[in-house]
Amino acid sequence: MVAAAALILLLALAPVIASLAEQPFYVTLLSRMMIFALAAVGLNLMLGYGGMVSFGHALYIGVGAYAVGILNFYGIDNGYAHIAAALVCGTVIATLVGAVCLRASGIGFIMITLAFAQMFYFLAISFKQLGGDDGYGLTSRSDFKLFDLSDNTVLYYVIFFVLLLVLLAFSRLVEAPFGVALRGCKENERRMRAMGFATWRIKLTAYVLSALVCVLAGVLLANLTRFVSPSYMNWTTSGDILLMIVLGGLGTLIGPVFGAVAWLALEEILSSFDLGLPGNADAFIRDHWAIVLGALVIAVALYLKDGLYGYLGGGRKAAS
Amino acid sequence: MTLALFFAQLLNGFQLGVLLFLLSAGLTLVLGIMRFINLAHGSLFMVGAYFAVTTYEATQSFVLAGLVAIAGALLLGAALERMLIAKLYSRDHLYQVLATFGLILVFNELARIIWGQTPIFLNVPDVLSGTVNLFGFEYPAYRFAIITVGLLVGVALYIVIHRTRIGMLIRAGASDAEMVAALGVNIRLINTAVFAAAAALAGVAGVMAAPILSVQPGMGEPILILTLVVIVTGGIGSIRGAFYGALIVGVIDTIGRSFLPAILREVFERSVAQAAGPAVSSMLIYLLMAVVLALRPSGLFPVKHG
Amino acid sequence: MTALTVRGLTKFFGGIRATDGLDLDVDSGDIHAIIGPNGAGKTTLINQLSGELNPTAGVIRLDDVDVTHVPIHRRVHLGIARSYQITSVFLGFTALENVMLAAQGQRGKTFSFWQPVARDAPLVERARSLLARVGLDDAVHTPVSAMAHGARRQLELAMTLALQPKVMLLDEPMAGMSRHESESMVTLLKSLKGVCSIVLVEHDMDAVFALADRITVVVYGRSIATGTPKSIRNDPSVRAAYLGDEEEPA
Repeated sequence: MVAAAALILLLALAPVIASLAEQPFYVTLLSRMMIFALAAVGLNLMLGYGGMVSFGHALYIGVGAYAVGILNFYGIDNGYAHIAAALVCGTVIATLVGAVCLRASGIGFIMITLAFAQMFYFLAISFKQLGGDDGYGLTSRSDFKLFDLSDNTVLYYVIFFVLLLVLLAFSRLVEAPFGVALRGCKENERRMRAMGFATWRIKLTAYVLSALVCVLAGVLLANLTRFVSPSYMNWTTSGDILLMIVLGGLGTLIGPVFGAVAWLALEEILSSFDLGLPGNADAFIRDHWAIVLGALVIAVALYLKDGLYGYLGGGRKAAS
Repeated sequence: MTLALFFAQLLNGFQLGVLLFLLSAGLTLVLGIMRFINLAHGSLFMVGAYFAVTTYEATQSFVLAGLVAIAGALLLGAALERMLIAKLYSRDHLYQVLATFGLILVFNELARIIWGQTPIFLNVPDVLSGTVNLFGFEYPAYRFAIITVGLLVGVALYIVIHRTRIGMLIRAGASDAEMVAALGVNIRLINTAVFAAAAALAGVAGVMAAPILSVQPGMGEPILILTLVVIVTGGIGSIRGAFYGALIVGVIDTIGRSFLPAILREVFERSVAQAAGPAVSSMLIYLLMAVVLALRPSGLFPVKHG
Repeated sequence: MTALTVRGLTKFFGGIRATDGLDLDVDSGDIHAIIGPNGAGKTTLINQLSGELNPTAGVIRLDDVDVTHVPIHRRVHLGIARSYQITSVFLGFTALENVMLAAQGQRGKTFSFWQPVARDAPLVERARSLLARVGLDDAVHTPVSAMAHGARRQLELAMTLALQPKVMLLDEPMAGMSRHESESMVTLLKSLKGVCSIVLVEHDMDAVFALADRITVVVYGRSIATGTPKSIRNDPSVRAAYLGDEEEPA
């Protein structure tokens, strides 16, 4: 609990600290971390609370980003239009894709979510007018009239508040009838059906809700980078988000936030910093940090039980 | 759209299908018997290709390149299974997926370190660089060889699985692994053998694909995803499903990419066809998978479970 | 008044005939026991009655409504609920939360996303009274993982009751219980007479003969005898097929 509060406080104050230290880069870096934290929190509703492993949720980050990109391409800069379009498309796509994916059991479900994400990846590449493989640069960030997203600090706090809002909403949701039923489905779906629950509808709803959070993350990501690219839907992105959840702690709401921050911080450190290691090790790691991260992913999968948040004394778990 | 062109693309579809079969047969066995999702299967394919190219550059012998690649993939598979994979059998699929995802990152980076980012190439062996005459028209000999080798491997797999004792154990394991273990069979050895054999098959696919693809880090993942589509469509754990699924996916994907844009141009106006053509053709097999799943969630040829 | 009618129920698993033209009539308010040797197909029968398994042929009628192919999650709302032979309670929740979950399943309104379930007074109250009914009022906030086997079986019953069934299918509710625990369960089940009809699959013959208004004997997937406990006890074909050389229960 303390760790969670500390993290939130840190995130709230970061831009202030960054401007005092004259390191504006950190505002962008932390913005990115919070966007992925948002996606991870979204996916965790399905994963930690629903027991469904999706290896294709980056697809919805792409949906959010491309909603912004496509509208921007056609000259529509209104942020509210961006969000509305993103959420509507996200709902339609998630309902259709989720309905098909949920036809399959555990192993099949994972593979199918991966396959569908790839399908949309190819679809995005085929958008020649949006640069195909190379992606598309936005002419400007979304215009929300009330505030100006072109200021990095403003964008930072928008992302921060969206993250807080989602965390708050989810904290209510997991204790509400829907959340309790979802947790029940994770533990014993057969029994749930024997108690009159339409489990398929519950799981699909969880899928769509978590997809929509990722869609929001995508809208924010497009704004942060001012860029839209098929790589946002790359399956390695899906893998990264899964890792952030496991790293941070599967069964809690805020665990994934820790995971996202820790993982992206690690990525940043390995690829940019001088670690003071002997010989050529530093340069090697800076060039080939992917190998260190890959090994870490394997280690986390093998050995990490409760995640970072649990290690830091984290709170109540979802139905274990 | 001449008949010759159609026939050529059909054969190309078979050729892709055969490669996919080699990959999906192994992967579906691992899935069915050990209930293990190995996302790093594409990396084994990549390893086979790299070993082949490197050996060929050193020895100028395609035969040797093939042997080294297959043996290398097999040994690597066995080592991986013993050191890492076996520890994850009892874990939730989430951790299997994460760990093998980590393996992909490691392998791709290793390939980058050892061989660099730029693609390397392997030439088609001279003896196969010509064409063969099939039903009155010419088809590249090398691609034909791939189809032949693939079908032979398929037949060999069928014989092993359905006519030998070890095959019977494998089929039993696919149906009910716990029962087989309870019968006192050395399940650990079988697991390692199955995983290593799957790796070897991936290596064979890698060797054969090396002259027609560009060998580069990350080449395994696009093929892996096609393989997953094949397995889901054909039925998890089912070799027959892998065979038919692979051929169907290979043919539909190839024919779709070649002819769908043209068909669309006939039906729709030019700009729509231009835009939609490549998009729809690349999505075709996923749509096929979705339809199969909607109608038969266990795949086209599901394994019956005890 | 028949609560549950089964005619010609048949289930094939490949070549195996697990249920073979089974007939059954459960009168309203009765406790109707199903007994038979192991492998007779009693659990398969329960699975078909509850809706988890689709019969190959035959008809199941609940209060004159054909429910033969109604899936389980909808059949529950029509009035048939089951308990499980292997305890199927939710380990990650407390006893109260388990019963509340069952009550929620019966009530519906699951797609509510904001108000915590714990603040739903009627739901909590219903769950509490059900726990008291089965004798678990002292274990309300105990996590199920900390409950003894017998207590979990009681909880299982409370959850099934929460579904407000017209017909309750109990699959070996006494399984794994001590003598003392079984006697408590028998008393509890007796107190439920009139609340709903009960189909009881049990191996514990003492309990069966103490509770049952009618008994049906199932062997190889078909009913070989149906009647009062007295007539079943004296039926020679039943003795031959099942009770065999066992001492007569008291």
